[in-house]
Amino acid sequence: MGMSKLHTFSHGIHPDEYKEFTEHLPVERMPFSDEYVLPLGQHIGAPSKAIVKKGDKVLRGQKIAESTGFVSVALHAPVDGTVTAVDLVENTSGQMVPGIRIKTDAYSTQQFSQPLPPDPTTLSMKEFLASVQESGLVGLGGAAFPAHVKFAIPEGKTCRYIILNGCECEPFLTSDHRTMVEQPDAIVDGIGILQHFIKAEKIFIGIEANKPDAIEILGRKIADSTLPVEVIPLKVKYPQGAEKMLITAVLNKEVPSGKLPLDVESLVSNIGTIAAISHWFRKGMPLIERIVTVTGTALNRPANLLVPIGTPIREVLDYCGGLKPGASRILLGGPMMGQVQKTIHTPVVKGTSGLLALTDKEVKPMEEYSCIRCGKCIDACPMHLNPSLLGLLAKNDLWDEMEENYVFDCFECGSCSFVCPSGIPLVQSFRVAKGLLREKKAKEKAG
Amino acid sequence: MANEVVVSLIILTGLGLLFAAILAVAYKKLKVEEDPRIDKVESMLPNANCGACGVPGCRAFAEKVVNNELSPSKCTVSSSDGISNIATYLGVSASQEEKRYARLLCAGGAKESPNKAGYSGNLKTCRGAALVSGGVKECSWGCLGLADCEVICDFDAIHMNANSLPVVDIDKCVACGDCVDICPKGLFVLMPVSQKLIVQCKSLLEGDEALARCSVACNGCGRCAADSPKGVIEIKSNLAVVDYSRNNEASKTAILRCPTSAIVWLDQDKQFVPNQKSALPIGKVENQNYDEDVYYQ
Repeated sequence: MGMSKLHTFSHGIHPDEYKEFTEHLPVERMPFSDEYVLPLGQHIGAPSKAIVKKGDKVLRGQKIAESTGFVSVALHAPVDGTVTAVDLVENTSGQMVPGIRIKTDAYSTQQFSQPLPPDPTTLSMKEFLASVQESGLVGLGGAAFPAHVKFAIPEGKTCRYIILNGCECEPFLTSDHRTMVEQPDAIVDGIGILQHFIKAEKIFIGIEANKPDAIEILGRKIADSTLPVEVIPLKVKYPQGAEKMLITAVLNKEVPSGKLPLDVESLVSNIGTIAAISHWFRKGMPLIERIVTVTGTALNRPANLLVPIGTPIREVLDYCGGLKPGASRILLGGPMMGQVQKTIHTPVVKGTSGLLALTDKEVKPMEEYSCIRCGKCIDACPMHLNPSLLGLLAKNDLWDEMEENYVFDCFECGSCSFVCPSGIPLVQSFRVAKGLLREKKAKEKAG
Repeated sequence: MANEVVVSLIILTGLGLLFAAILAVAYKKLKVEEDPRIDKVESMLPNANCGACGVPGCRAFAEKVVNNELSPSKCTVSSSDGISNIATYLGVSASQEEKRYARLLCAGGAKESPNKAGYSGNLKTCRGAALVSGGVKECSWGCLGLADCEVICDFDAIHMNANSLPVVDIDKCVACGDCVDICPKGLFVLMPVSQKLIVQCKSLLEGDEALARCSVACNGCGRCAADSPKGVIEIKSNLAVVDYSRNNEASKTAILRCPTSAIVWLDQDKQFVPNQKSALPIGKVENQNYDEDVYYQ
């Protein structure tokens, strides 16, 4: 690559990175906690259905809930233990939803004795997708979309490019970074398995230039393989890890409004998801643990942890030395798009890439002033929308007009609110508008 | 010079006359015949354009009434005199609809279900707050108290009380349904005034877990169901659910043993006032000397 210009998309923002807290810390395995809380709907789509009941003994890796449709995945026990309840649990968006609670057996170990899935080279596409669904795998980037649904190329569509997302553009987070540095072989193996079924012309790994070690290691590993893979270093910019931005950065193609990556013949997947495919087919390890960056200015000992899914976040914070005085906000995910938590009893779920503890200083609310039409939000919006106009429409409850101005193209990256000098809650009101419009549509559809 | 003025005057006047003639012809030839009764009925409607009748706007409603597709009584904003005037004018029967109004199915205000965390967002609305961890309240189902319903009500029928709960003015409420749509927790329902037995709670938690989050929650103890004719109240997912189709069988006995006052009995036109002595520990309820009057204003 040398001195040549790095690829990127247009617009976007440059928040402070804060990655120095954890970027060079190797992943540690977190010890088992006493209790695990597993909401049944940890993915986008239909929640899974519990197949265990109170009092059942479960083993680490054992399936405890099955998928209930195509857009749904299975759920597995993260530890050996006893089911203490199949009841309502609090999920990461603050709702009480059906879930399973497991009390860990005192003797629970890392031992893992689940049968290995069949060799992927012997499977048909359909069997491969069913096997991935059975592993409970979802996109590990944060949105938790079932991986097998993404890999199912519908009839009439072609997939010429697979783009693997190693951008990790959210400040603070380093879990994908550590996955690339520590598990390059699993990533290359996962690419091989996926490529066996997708047969793409070219596979790109997009990595932001602030992770030179990951670029170097993966570049070396793929040089040894025969797969048509290329590592693309990208300019550091938020929100480059968004699917559509990454496609623009790598392929210089724009996904049309309301369309999907497959409409420009590409498939985007998080790098951790690819490593997890290898863990499933080679070790029989379903998605029962994931790498979580536990960090923030209010945390005593930031770390990259391998956390069993379902660990209450209080346990994770304890393991990392607890909170510093002045801690005022806990987030799951990054500071830009992460979910604020009102309690520390919610669990780490499949889509949790980070656990962030921030102090008053970083989360100080801004006083709101009128829009001064400076246009900063327009320069920031990666989807080339007009957040200023949308904000004014939202203020006047003109929801239908917001739809006419493409509010549904907004994927809620928060760049507009980040740059607004008047402290206007732009992305927040777009989320409200999208919610109201979706409800209205559902109501109209129901008659 | 004078010539130019005269010529332009003649041209413009000629053009004006020509277009006037075209318009006059178009007015005659392209005229759409409309039932004159629509205008008349529209003028008799309140013109609030609230949509409570299910039709977008009063004119569209007037068309449907004139075409006999809807009864005039579907307009919940009109007074009964207004409706009978329209019915007499059109020569149809007024068919009185029972008055409906909006009611909040939550009695857990700031006192009963306090906030678990602070909310400092610039979007000071329930809708905005609900996006952050489902709202900061102890109860995930409960009223967030940021008054989206009060703001959206076009009829000045909803006002927040000191306990951060919206109170519906039954006389002013026309059941337009705007509050039903705006509430992020879906707590409003439209119900006829004859419905007297209602459960003011949506929490699906059981027993102590429900009470830990809100002192007036329905904890699913089932006493109201046991004290009512079979099937009038059923406990579904730890919540008492009243079968409103059997309203005539419902009676006040259902609320007598409720340990939390989650289930209430209403007198017509009267607002429920939370009993300050509510939230009794379950075990003590049997000995409670029940004072009926405390439930009414």
